[in-house]
Amino acid sequence: MSKDSAKGLSGRGIELLSLATAIVIWQLVAAHIVADKFLLPSFTDVLFAFLRIVETGALFTDLSISLLHFGIGIISALVIGIPIGVSMGWFKTANRAFDPIIEIIRPIPPLAWIPFAIIWFGLTHISAGFVVFVGAVFPIIINTFDGFKSVPKIYVEAAKVLGCMTSVPLIRHVAFPSALPSIASGIRIAMGVGWMCLVAAEMFGVSSSGLGYKIWWHYYLHQMDFVLVYMLILGFLGLLIDRIFRWYVDGRLLKWRAGVVV
Amino acid sequence: MGEVKISDVSLAFDKENGESTLALDNVSLEIRDKEFICFIGPSGCGKTTLLRTIAGLETPDSGEITLDGERITVPDSKRGMVFQEYSLFPWNTVIQNITFGPRMQGMSKGESLERAEKYLKLVGLEQFRNSYPYELSGGMRQRVAIARALANEPKVLLMDEPFGALDAQTRNTLQNELLDVWAKNQITIVFVTHSVDEAVFLADKIVVMTARPGKIKKVINVELPRPRDRTSSEANELRHKLLRMLAEERRN
Ligand SMILES: Nc1ncnc2c1ncn2[C@@H]1O[C@H](COP(=O)(O)OP(=O)(O)OP(=O)(O)O)[C@@H](O)[C@H]1O
Ligand SMILES: [Mg+2]
Repeated sequence: MSKDSAKGLSGRGIELLSLATAIVIWQLVAAHIVADKFLLPSFTDVLFAFLRIVETGALFTDLSISLLHFGIGIISALVIGIPIGVSMGWFKTANRAFDPIIEIIRPIPPLAWIPFAIIWFGLTHISAGFVVFVGAVFPIIINTFDGFKSVPKIYVEAAKVLGCMTSVPLIRHVAFPSALPSIASGIRIAMGVGWMCLVAAEMFGVSSSGLGYKIWWHYYLHQMDFVLVYMLILGFLGLLIDRIFRWYVDGRLLKWRAGVVV
Repeated sequence: MGEVKISDVSLAFDKENGESTLALDNVSLEIRDKEFICFIGPSGCGKTTLLRTIAGLETPDSGEITLDGERITVPDSKRGMVFQEYSLFPWNTVIQNITFGPRMQGMSKGESLERAEKYLKLVGLEQFRNSYPYELSGGMRQRVAIARALANEPKVLLMDEPFGALDAQTRNTLQNELLDVWAKNQITIVFVTHSVDEAVFLADKIVVMTARPGKIKKVINVELPRPRDRTSSEANELRHKLLRMLAEERRN
């Protein structure tokens, strides 16, 4: 840690310079070469648009609504996906029972579910959450399953000779911690997919608010500077969620893997 | 009490192509309470398999193994095992690894912690109580594995080449420590090794196995007084005798 911060500024110098250069070029190209706010809004256009949505409070409403959709989808994907993955990885029968169903449903692109989402849940938060759920649940199931399948036999046997004999404690104390790295990477993938589904679901009218919805709305109003602001916000937010998750998982849950090269 | 009776145990592993490998062929042996037994034999002769069968991790095709008259069918905490490869739970700290057994037996957190501290001290790793296995050296890991097995206070401790991956010096130290533990805890130890030196230094009885299929070739009582001198002429003589037997097996 201290080593990182010591070389902090000099280490980050190149990255910052590169970012600044990109912004300057963007500004010059947009303002003087393209010179059309509709075709390519400049950096300052975007900045003003951003200040505007902060001022009106629109940003916070959309942000919280999108996070709500995302939360509904991801949490239900975890609640449903992890137990399915666990039972498939641990019990052969469960694997054989679930596998054909999953193999048939999984290749359907999550966005193809949008019509049914609307029919089943109407234009509600649940409906957008459902589309996120469909995108997120399969990576979670599959990675949980993989993690459980590849629990080293030696740990299970060591636990057995220590008196941990039945499935439930073996799953809880051995298989689950052993599979956690795989489950965590499944959740990361799921959050990435879920984030894309979220925008699509909101854009396609499953919802009548949210960051994705606003992109579409401003597009209709031909306010491309606002479109770009929302695009950038989606990008930053996605990055932030991923970073927070990784920080939490690597720093807390998977501390024991510090010795393992990831 | 920790009296193990192995009667006519045979075990074959089925292979993919329909054939099977006979790993144990009619093995019979009586291990007395508090005895220190070493198994020695060529690689692949079935030593690990025999140990796993005593643990209850494998079921014999015929014959049976009893512990104090009770037939062994599944693993339980009466027989502790230290594996040939590293088997500490990497997601648990040293102390969590050692409390695992007592916790599984339904001991309270406080009690199992007390138990664990005792064995942690016995193997001399108190400063590493909150380290993760990856932070330990190979020798330290095996010490923790021994403490973890002992924390269940088993009647029989099964050890599968526990010091095989260690350098000679660490190995000697751990051998001495193990003899201390054995003397203090009054348990039966069944120890598998490749090393004639190790067997002669540790065992009350050395069981020499034949090349596969594993049978008992000879049981040798080691009469050397304890504490043993690794360099005494009697020890030397015994080593020669064992080496000759093993060479003979390798030729077959
Ligand atoms: N799970 C298994 N499936 C199939 N064959 C096995 C299995 N375990 C062991 N064997 C076979 O049984 C025989 C005995 O193996 P075992 O591991 O008991 O040998 P060992 O004496 O412990 O050898 P080493 O000294 O190299 O550890 C070997 O031929 C091995 O190939
Ligand atoms: Mg072996």
